[in-house]
Amino acid sequence: MSDVCIIGVGIHPFGRTDGVEGIDQGVFAVREALKDAGIEWPDIQFAYGSSDAAGNPDTMVERLGLTGVQFINVRNGCAAGGSALFSAQMAIKSGDFDLGIAVGFDKHPRGAFDAKPAEYGLPDWYGEAGYMVTTQFFAMKIMRYMELHGISRDSLGRVAEKAFRNGAHAPHAWRREPIDLETILQAPMISDPYSKYMFCSPAEGGVALILASERKARELGCKPIRLKAATMRTRPPGSFEVFAPSVDIERGGTATALASAAAFEAAGIGPDEIDIAQLQDTEAGAEIMHMAENGFCADGDQEAWLAEGATAIGGRLPVNTDGGCIACGEPIGASGLRQVYENVIQLRGDAGARQVPGDPKTAYSHVYGAPGVSAVTILER
Amino acid sequence: MRAIAEGLFTQDVPPRLIGGRNRHTGRIVFPCPDSEDFEPHPLSREGSLWSYTIQRFRPKSPPYEGPENFSPWALGYVALPGETMVEARLVNVAFDDLAIGMPMRFTLAVLDDQADDPRAIPAFEPAEIAA
Repeated sequence: MSDVCIIGVGIHPFGRTDGVEGIDQGVFAVREALKDAGIEWPDIQFAYGSSDAAGNPDTMVERLGLTGVQFINVRNGCAAGGSALFSAQMAIKSGDFDLGIAVGFDKHPRGAFDAKPAEYGLPDWYGEAGYMVTTQFFAMKIMRYMELHGISRDSLGRVAEKAFRNGAHAPHAWRREPIDLETILQAPMISDPYSKYMFCSPAEGGVALILASERKARELGCKPIRLKAATMRTRPPGSFEVFAPSVDIERGGTATALASAAAFEAAGIGPDEIDIAQLQDTEAGAEIMHMAENGFCADGDQEAWLAEGATAIGGRLPVNTDGGCIACGEPIGASGLRQVYENVIQLRGDAGARQVPGDPKTAYSHVYGAPGVSAVTILER
Repeated sequence: MRAIAEGLFTQDVPPRLIGGRNRHTGRIVFPCPDSEDFEPHPLSREGSLWSYTIQRFRPKSPPYEGPENFSPWALGYVALPGETMVEARLVNVAFDDLAIGMPMRFTLAVLDDQADDPRAIPAFEPAEIAA
């Protein structure tokens, strides 16, 4: 079967853009992507749009043009962007379409995500007692992982330090000032072992990707990036998820491991053939755990990898080359698509000061979120 | 002192947590779901600390109903052998003394001791402390 190609990308800078609605950040990204691909909005045959908290994506046709285009909204937690991309890919694979768009945007209020017990099927007392706080879950997950696999708190700091260093070179990033390791480690604690610099924040932003069949890409004269795999999975039994008054003693697999294995199988390559990876890093430990869950190293290897700088821009496997969620923030509907945007920029060789050297040919992206959803993509040039 | 919710603790002295046992699969969870598939199952009072963290900032109200005047508290999952792991407050222990694997025992803690009508929440303390 012929490949699905990404022929245009656009982004609205992440962070805080007061006075610009989430949907307008999405529209901005779409216009950038159209320009990048050298096409016009009426050329677009279908769209999948994702937003968690900033309204219905399909309403952007009012701004972009009432062409009657098929436009489907996707809401799928933190995997929303990945799900939009998966769906867009399938539309082209079906043979019914050969040019479409996946767009994601969001705009969240300041501070931690607001979660109500009833929305998660939990009793009110669970929230009254102080447990509807996502940072607790992330902290307990990494605390256990550090104990089992010999990961030090310094390694958590190194992940955050790398994120701010990379973000400084990414025009679309939110946090663009490097922060040194000592400052990160000594900063006020949010939930032990995490200090405030080790967590990402809810944010705003928009990303659009234009997808085409191989034939259409050739016809348009684009130099395509091939989407070799796009997968989305939900959790298996025994996974450890946010907001759980109890968890089974017998531990099981993860949505990430399932999505990752399926993506490698679809792409027909293995983790050692990936040149760049964007891994969900809502907090520093997530990047560490996701290195192993996605098959890039064994549990515990991360300690040495980080000490050696193996995941830095010039390292063996550069991870989160634009600073990831820690430097970019997390607008849920756009976050997974930002990773793919960054991979396309890197594979084109257009990443400037953060460009991964050595002419990278393959790139991997991974998102994970509540309540146990994950989406993975693999790109190839 | 009344419980933060009905159906969490047994009337025993000292009390136990009430979990739910799935009538078909035997799986044990906490709290007991309001479902035909689960029957109440008093949980063991002894377990070991699976993981923990310290809550360093005051959670948002609503839903949090702890004291306005916040001081950090510890929480964790305690593994009750053969049953399940329960999320609860960790009390009567210095933060620095918390360690994964340490033996823990069930107890009650007060959510807000300044409240007119203080309420009890599930908690665990180190098993070494005299009852």
